[in-house]
Amino acid sequence: MSGRVLNAPAPVATTPAAPGGHDLAGTGVLYRLALRRDRIALPVWVYVGTGMVASTVFSFRKLYGDEASRRTFAAGIDGNGSLRALYGPIFDGSTTGGLTAWRMGVFGAVLAGLMSTLLVVRHTRAEEEDGRLELIGAGAVGRRAPLTAALAAALTANAALAALVAAALLAAGQDAAGAAAFGLALGCTGLFFAALAAVTAQLAETGRAANGLAGAAIGAAFVLRAVGDSGAGTGWVGWLSPLGWSEQVRAFAGNRWWVLLLPLAGAALLTALARALVARRDLGAGLLPQRPGPAAAAPGLASAAALARRLQRGPLLGWTLALAVAGAVFGGVAKGVVDLIGDNRQMADVLARIGGRDGVLNAYLSSIATVFGMVTAVYAVQAVLRMRAEEVSGRAEPVLAGAVSRLRWAAGHLLFPLLGTALLLAAAGAAAGLAEGLALGGGTGGAVGRMLGATLVQLPAVWLTAAVALAGYGLLPRWAAAGWTGFGVFVLVSWLGPILQLPQGVLDLSPFSHLPHLPGGPVEAAPLLWITALTALTTAAALAGLRRRDLG
Amino acid sequence: MTTAISVSGLVKTFGRTRALDGLDLTVEQGEVHGFLGPNGSGKSTTIRVLLGLLRADSGTAALLGGDPWRDAVPLHRRLAYVPGDVTLWRNLSGGEAIDLLGRLRGGLDPARRAALLERFELDPTKKGRTYSKGNRQKVALVAAFSSDVDLLILDEPTSGLDPLMEEVFRECVVEARDRGATVLLSSHILSEVEALCDRVSIIRAGRTVETGTLADLRHLTRTSIDAELAGPPPRPDYVHDLAVDGHRLRCQVDTDRLGTLLTELNAVGVRTLASRPPTLEELFLRHYENGGGSEDGSGGGADDGNGGGSEGGPGGEPTAAVVR
Repeated sequence: MSGRVLNAPAPVATTPAAPGGHDLAGTGVLYRLALRRDRIALPVWVYVGTGMVASTVFSFRKLYGDEASRRTFAAGIDGNGSLRALYGPIFDGSTTGGLTAWRMGVFGAVLAGLMSTLLVVRHTRAEEEDGRLELIGAGAVGRRAPLTAALAAALTANAALAALVAAALLAAGQDAAGAAAFGLALGCTGLFFAALAAVTAQLAETGRAANGLAGAAIGAAFVLRAVGDSGAGTGWVGWLSPLGWSEQVRAFAGNRWWVLLLPLAGAALLTALARALVARRDLGAGLLPQRPGPAAAAPGLASAAALARRLQRGPLLGWTLALAVAGAVFGGVAKGVVDLIGDNRQMADVLARIGGRDGVLNAYLSSIATVFGMVTAVYAVQAVLRMRAEEVSGRAEPVLAGAVSRLRWAAGHLLFPLLGTALLLAAAGAAAGLAEGLALGGGTGGAVGRMLGATLVQLPAVWLTAAVALAGYGLLPRWAAAGWTGFGVFVLVSWLGPILQLPQGVLDLSPFSHLPHLPGGPVEAAPLLWITALTALTTAAALAGLRRRDLG
Repeated sequence: MTTAISVSGLVKTFGRTRALDGLDLTVEQGEVHGFLGPNGSGKSTTIRVLLGLLRADSGTAALLGGDPWRDAVPLHRRLAYVPGDVTLWRNLSGGEAIDLLGRLRGGLDPARRAALLERFELDPTKKGRTYSKGNRQKVALVAAFSSDVDLLILDEPTSGLDPLMEEVFRECVVEARDRGATVLLSSHILSEVEALCDRVSIIRAGRTVETGTLADLRHLTRTSIDAELAGPPPRPDYVHDLAVDGHRLRCQVDTDRLGTLLTELNAVGVRTLASRPPTLEELFLRHYENGGGSEDGSGGGADDGNGGGSEGGPGGEPTAAVVR
């Protein structure tokens, strides 16, 4: 791959340490190790990203074949602050490439950021946490080699993503310079977040915390960009966000190449910071200080459920705060929706496909409620898979060697995907309703109630997503990570399906497609009931599997 | 009820690997039972079956009169388990982990907990992630020994402990036995097993190859003889590793032929005689290095170097163990 050319300190590995040069000894070997370990995951990330861009560009080409229809579509979108907040502005709607850059720009950049974060943390802090880096560090391996190798792997992955995305756009007959600019915008954003993750991997002591910090940064970047894009006068806020830079490259709309220097310079600075930090700390230690804990446990810490609460409460708190902030931001920009003139036929058509039916405001609120539902499903799957982490690490073994049945142990953890999800959706709904009510001046009480209904109605689908993950854990423990597959299918189908006009049979695969479109839409109890029933069945099967199978 | 653990014909396969292949194990109530075997021989798998974490493919297992799979919860109230590789929760202090593990099996004795923390020199305020391997092990040991349980299942519990702490561990095992507890001690440290265990089971490739008291096991094996004689030594054909140097004879003899050899030596005239019973290490090596056919001790060739080399090392302690 192209990354190998860009990064070639490999020969150092075998030469005896030369003063000044041995800092990077072994980088080449570690780089190849990283690519070898990720030989499946990385190509999947890259192909999924490329595939999403490709399917978007081809379906836009089919849906809006002539320039006039594209311009009408773009004009409708661009006048609407709330849609700009979700997807960003359309800089040039006259070409299919321009529309694709609008639709996939933010989403693709977030995808590249997540891929890069997980990649870098997996090969740095997670390795260190598991003690494998100690084994590697005892070899003729420089202090900065693991970090450099992880960043080199991230460079490779992002270069591949940029190249394939550009190739896909070219294949769809789009302008070559625009295709290159769009691919590079995604790749450079990914690289920025890779470098950011390299820094969080130095700060936090666990891979989970390092991923969490970097993930929070991606979320913050998304919110900043949303504020910047949502209306007039706030545009400068978007420039604070790396996701905003990715937009401002304006692929297919002038191709401002110099903007690419921003993420690259940011990545260089963050890399320098991470490299300085890694040499300053002990192996296995973070930079955040250690505090001693209590010498004895509080009386309440006396059951498997209490332990599960203790382990899961921190993440739940973080997620709740994040969703409340996101709810407030997206509720607050709802004002832009009412400014939109409703007589734009194509626009109304697209909006109807994205979400609800009765009125553009309701369609917007309903579509953000769906987004909150899907984000909550991420939390739910993660909370379920915490059980697997406990089992794989061996920590579940002494607990289950106590007088604790497996079901009781599982129940303690499952409280979180069951009720924690309700808390998250309530936080998002209440904050969104409050902000929307304040922004529109239509009274907050009714708005809060409406949005609470809209977010809480997502619960059955969120639960079913969690139950699918639980089934993976209970029945096919070796493939428990496949719990994410269910989530991935549901999200792809519900998120991209409508705009790609996928057949109804495919859309029906996702429980999110069957939910009432609230606020505004009619509420049918039947889908909610059967989704809940399916959840109960799946959960029962998963727990039966968990009771019968070998643990550890 | 006098049998704490009774396992027979236990089979457990993982895919194509046969981890347990008809394993038998009997542990009487109140004894300290050594559970020996090389890496991967099935010790931990057996223990996980006994804890109800794994379900055996065939064979029977009974624990304190119950079924380890079906009655896991009530049985676990009466036992404490220490894994060989303790992992702790990163954001829980050692003290919290001790209390939690104790309470999960029905509570622990606070006075004994405090005394054990003192004896093991463990700081309970540190967070799980900052403990060294030995200290993590101590957390699990303190939690186990603080509880009043009928059965202690210890899976290589002293890995990572320093010799002083190893000594504290031995005292704790003896105290637990004096309280009437049964102990199943899986270990690699043979001196530990020799010092503590009433009976020993040796397993290999998922099967039990020896079980009995140390004296029983010694009886099945060879004694080393080093004799200075008055005249030219005899060259009997039933001894092993015979070395003759002038009037000096060194060899190993199967324990049931010892009398015959001594009579023969006596006929020549004995000036000095040193005889040493086999160490557990020699027993162990014999079972592990000889491949399958170890029952009658016919393939002793590989033991030579080890038998000689171990003379200086564990030689002192086994003698003490024999007295015990």
